[in-house]
Amino acid sequence: MAISRAEVERVALLARLDLDDAQLEALTPQLAEIVAYVDSLAAVDTAGVEPMAHAVELHNVLRADEVRPGLSHEAALANAPRKDSVGFKVPAVLDG
Amino acid sequence: MSDYQTIVGLEVHVQLATKSKLFCGCPNRFGADPNTQVCPVCLGLPGSLPVINAEAVRLAVMTGVALDCTIPAYTKWDRKQYFYPDLPKGYQTSQFDLPITEHGALAIACDEQEPRTIRITRAHLEEDAGKSLHDESGAGGDTVIDLNRAGTPLLEIVSEPDLRSAAEAKAYLTELKLILGPEYLGVSDCNMQEGSLRVDANVNLHIDDPKKLGKSIATPIVEIKNLNSFRAVERAIEYEAQRQWRDWQETGRRIGEAPKQTRGWDDNAGKTIPQREKEESADYRYFPCPDLAPVLNPGLEVERVRLAMPELPAALRLRLVTDHGLSAYDADVLVNQGREVVDYFLTVAAESGDAKLAANWVTQHVLRVMNADGKSLEEVGLPPERLAGMIAKLTAGDLPSPRSREVFELMIADDLDTDAAMAKLGIAAVDESELVAICRELLLANPRVVADVEAGKQQAVGALIGQAKKRNPNADPGRVREICLELIAKGV
Ligand SMILES: [Zn+2]
Repeated sequence: MAISRAEVERVALLARLDLDDAQLEALTPQLAEIVAYVDSLAAVDTAGVEPMAHAVELHNVLRADEVRPGLSHEAALANAPRKDSVGFKVPAVLDG
Repeated sequence: MSDYQTIVGLEVHVQLATKSKLFCGCPNRFGADPNTQVCPVCLGLPGSLPVINAEAVRLAVMTGVALDCTIPAYTKWDRKQYFYPDLPKGYQTSQFDLPITEHGALAIACDEQEPRTIRITRAHLEEDAGKSLHDESGAGGDTVIDLNRAGTPLLEIVSEPDLRSAAEAKAYLTELKLILGPEYLGVSDCNMQEGSLRVDANVNLHIDDPKKLGKSIATPIVEIKNLNSFRAVERAIEYEAQRQWRDWQETGRRIGEAPKQTRGWDDNAGKTIPQREKEESADYRYFPCPDLAPVLNPGLEVERVRLAMPELPAALRLRLVTDHGLSAYDADVLVNQGREVVDYFLTVAAESGDAKLAANWVTQHVLRVMNADGKSLEEVGLPPERLAGMIAKLTAGDLPSPRSREVFELMIADDLDTDAAMAKLGIAAVDESELVAICRELLLANPRVVADVEAGKQQAVGALIGQAKKRNPNADPGRVREICLELIAKGV
C-alpha cells in the first residue's frame, strides 16, 4: 500500500508533530512499510468471523458509583510545566 | 416571501447525576475550587486506567428506555482524538459506532397542534472535558485550565432533523428536560446555568424549487453553538432561518456546495457569528478504546429497568384526562409541575371526590402561591387533605363559594383547617330559609326593583345584592339573584 508524502504531512498535522523535510523524507517509506505489514492481515479469510472491538474477551468491568479520594490541589499541579495558584497555565486560547 | 421549511435537529448533552465521575472516583459535583476534584485518571496521567461507573450505565439505559430507544446488547467505547487544552488525554472517551442506546422517539405537543413524534437517532455516553478560564482583562494573558469537570459523565442525545420550527425545538427541549430532570427520572439536574444541560442546533432550510413543482432545495447545514437558554435556542433558530434565506437569495448555494459551518449565538447582538474552523475538524480518527472493556446490556436487565420505570409525563397526562376527566390543558399544567404536584392533585381529587374542582384549585390557587412566593409545595404548607376538606365543604354547600378564596388564604397563612379558618372569619353556611327571608324583605322594601323586573329588566335585581350581603356577609350573590327572581315570578 502506497503512502504519499502528503498523507504523512496530514497525519503529522493531526498528531501535532512538527516534522522537517528530512524527517518527512525518512518517515514516508517507513510508514508505508508499517501499513503494508498491517495490510498483510487482509490476506486472512475472515468469512464467518465475528468482528471484535476488543482484544481481550472481557466485558462489564464496572465499579460502584462511589467517591474516592483523589489528588490534592498541590499534588495535581505539582508537575505542571506552567501553573498559577488556580490551575494549569496554557497560552491564551481563543474561544471557538 | 417564498415558501421554505425550517429543518432543525438538536444535539443535547446532559450531565448524569452520578456521585462520581465516569471513569474514576472523583466527585461529580459543580462549583468546587478549581483542580480539587481530580486524580491521575481524569488528569490523563501516564499509567492510569479508567474503570466504568455502573451508575452512569444504568442512568443511560433508563434514559434510553424512557425515550423509546432500543438498548443494544453490546456497546463499546471509542477514542475521539482532538487537541484542546482542557482535554488532558488528547482524546475524549466516547462511543462511535455502537452507542448504548439508539432509534428512539419523543412525542411533542406544540401550539395546540396534534402531537408529533420526533425521532431520536442515538444517545451515547462520553466523558466531559475540563474548563478553560480565559483571561478576561483583554490583555491576552494566559488561559488557566480547571479539570474538575474532566471525566464527568455526559449523555449526548441526538435527534433526527425532524423539528420544523423554533417553537418545536423549544417544545422538544422542554419535554426532554421534564422527563430527564429532577421532576421525573432524575438522571440529570438539567440545569442550563450550571451547564448540566447543553444544546447545539443543526439548522437548514428546505426551499420550494421554483423550477420543479413539489421538489425542494436544501441549504447548507449550520451548527449553532453557545446556546445558553431555551429562549436563546428559539431566537437563534429564527435568526438563522432568516439569515439562510437571505444567503440563499444572494448566493443560491445548496447543501454540499459549502461545508457544514459552525456558528456561535451572540445573545446580546441577537445573531449567529461564524466560528473559526479547525482546519481538520472532521477527522477525529475514532478507534476502539483498548483500556475499556465493552459493556453488555442483556435484554433481561433492560426489562428490569423498564419495569422499574416511573410513570412518564405523556402517560400521566393521558391518565389525568381519561381517568379523572381533566382538560388537556389542566393535565399539562399539573404534569409539567412534576410528579410531586401531580400526586398532590391526586390526593386532593380522591379525598374531595371532585377531580375537576381539585384541578382548578391546584392549578389556579396552589400554583399561584408557589410561583408568587417561589415556594415548594411543602413550603406552601397546605396539606392536600385540608384542601380536599375545603373543596368537600364547597360542593356540599357548607362553604359559600364567594368566601372560599378568603378561607383558602387563611388556611395557608395561619396553618388552619377549613373549620378553624371559617370560624375565624365568622363564616357560616347561610340557611336557605334565612336567605329566602332576607330576599322577601328586600323585595317588599324595594317595589321599584320588583316593577323593573316585571317589566323585563332582570338585571335590576343586582341592586339588592349588596344589601343582602350587608344583612349576611355569607350570602351567595348568585343564590340571592335566583331567589329574588323566583319570588318575583311567584308574585313575592
Ligand atoms: Zn479523577
